[in-house]
Amino acid sequence: MKRSKLGPWLAIVIGAIYFLVPLIGTFEFSLRMRRGEYSFDAYRIVLGDPQFQATFAYSTCLALATILVGALLVVPTAYWIRLRLPGLRPVVEFITLLPLVIPAIVLVFGYLRIYNSSSWLPLTASDRATDLLLTFSYVTLALPYMYRAVDTGLRAIDVRTLTEAAESLGAGWPTILFRVIFPNVRVAVLSGAFLTFAIVIGEFTMASLLDRPAFGPYLQLIGANRAYEPSALAIIAFIVTWACMGLIQVFGRGARMAAETR
Amino acid sequence: MAFLEIKDLRKAFGPLSVVQNFELAVEGGEFVSFLGPSGCGKTTTLRMVAGFEQPSAGTIRINGRDVTGLRPNQRNVGMVFQSYALFPNMTVAENVGFGLKVARRPAAEIGARVEEMLRLIKLPTLAGRYPYQLSGGQQQRVALARALAIKPQVLLLDEPLSALDAKIRVALREEIRSVQRKLGITTIYVTHDQEEALSMSDRIVVMNEGRVEQIGTPFEIYNYPRTRFVASFVGTLNILRARVTDAGQRRIAIDGQEIVARRGLDGTASGELRAVALRPEAVSLSDPGGERNRLQGTIEDVSFLGSVVRIRVRFKENAISLDTFNNPGLAPPEPGREVTVTFAYDDVLVLEGEAS
Repeated sequence: MKRSKLGPWLAIVIGAIYFLVPLIGTFEFSLRMRRGEYSFDAYRIVLGDPQFQATFAYSTCLALATILVGALLVVPTAYWIRLRLPGLRPVVEFITLLPLVIPAIVLVFGYLRIYNSSSWLPLTASDRATDLLLTFSYVTLALPYMYRAVDTGLRAIDVRTLTEAAESLGAGWPTILFRVIFPNVRVAVLSGAFLTFAIVIGEFTMASLLDRPAFGPYLQLIGANRAYEPSALAIIAFIVTWACMGLIQVFGRGARMAAETR
Repeated sequence: MAFLEIKDLRKAFGPLSVVQNFELAVEGGEFVSFLGPSGCGKTTTLRMVAGFEQPSAGTIRINGRDVTGLRPNQRNVGMVFQSYALFPNMTVAENVGFGLKVARRPAAEIGARVEEMLRLIKLPTLAGRYPYQLSGGQQQRVALARALAIKPQVLLLDEPLSALDAKIRVALREEIRSVQRKLGITTIYVTHDQEEALSMSDRIVVMNEGRVEQIGTPFEIYNYPRTRFVASFVGTLNILRARVTDAGQRRIAIDGQEIVARRGLDGTASGELRAVALRPEAVSLSDPGGERNRLQGTIEDVSFLGSVVRIRVRFKENAISLDTFNNPGLAPPEPGREVTVTFAYDDVLVLEGEAS
């Protein structure tokens, strides 16, 4: 018995070393700004940097916009596919997977060709329009995660019968979508939202090539020019991502507990 | 004119025809059941009345208004589903009030109506619960209240009791019927359970393979089935092959023994082969005398079912089952014995169509 347990433990230990050692190393390095003693100086500098605050706020705003647009795009689509066009599901699933296959740099070059300032829809001509384009491109990037989360959420409810029940009670499409479907896939949309948030906060390629002051390019800038601050930033970015994942777990568990009391 | 009129309704999915020439007129306040095996088109017909399916041809009129082309949310029909279909994100009260809220009624009116409905289904204390906190029977009662809250013109129930335990099924069956009587609401009830249909309905529509086999009161359907299908689907019937020996004198022969059949021989010719049905409870081993049919046979099998003893008697080709009440003072008859079974002239049901 004891021997057979050794293998799995070995795998766990190797995995833990692989993931944790660089993280601990980074953390330790980020504390060494003051010579001879540990301090949070690097964090203080980073968090106090107005540019950090501006870029982080900018990326947060964009993330929220992305989540809103993504949910409004994905929930009705996934709902409609489940309800009326189940034959199209493999096609839509394939399309939502494309952003994982096509590199972001290819996507953004495509955007620049189509929406440049001399095109018929010059989205890159002004800053606000570029923000819009960036939001849409983030929606595209987050599509695989959002669609899968929502589709799984829809699988858990009887979409068809609930729709028919609401219809026979006199409800039209907007009512069905916003009073019946959305509230019942709320948990799924939330987990999709946290994944989207994590993606948008760390995204570099699109923001950089569209020349917008997002958090990703700021990370890169600091990383190229400073010694201790980048490590502190990396740790902060990790904490943000982990917080998102933790929140998914919390909301997911809440839903599961509600289901278990059935 | 009837309250709900269905005329020449058809539905085809591609080349597959699921409902054919469906005709029905339901009076206001009537309780009509669609009875049939799965795949007979009863649910599809109901869904066409609700508006979830578009008929391929035909018209549906409710209270004189043609609703055939209307969307489900414009028809004002209440629907109860087999799977309850309560909105999981809403409390019982919110579920029941949903239809009124959609219709933008004032909050006070909604509150009063919800309370009235919950009292009607005898769950006045559960207003704040969520559907997952309720049992199946409670959920279905809430679903009934939700469908009735909007004061629908027609109430449609699609196998509402199929997902419930036997005991709750019987209790809820009576409750649905009493609520329906109290409100006097025109109701269509889809079921594959003949007992449900017989015990609840004013009239039953028996369907098979997309066609209406027979429409009638439970009494008519059970006692005078017109087709072989109805006879075999409703109750347990003996089906025998008989040859018409003298159509004028209403005489037929079963395995060479002549009997009289009072009904259903019009339009037949002597020598024709017909299917004949006999209910087990109509056939007796004792002979009260007088004008009765008598057939000689041999007891083939005796099964003790508790309050009833079912005895199988074989003639030649044909055999029938008959029921006698259990009598503790009398042992059941032995297989192999020669017996004479008797039944009234009126109990012989000659079915439509040739015997197969």
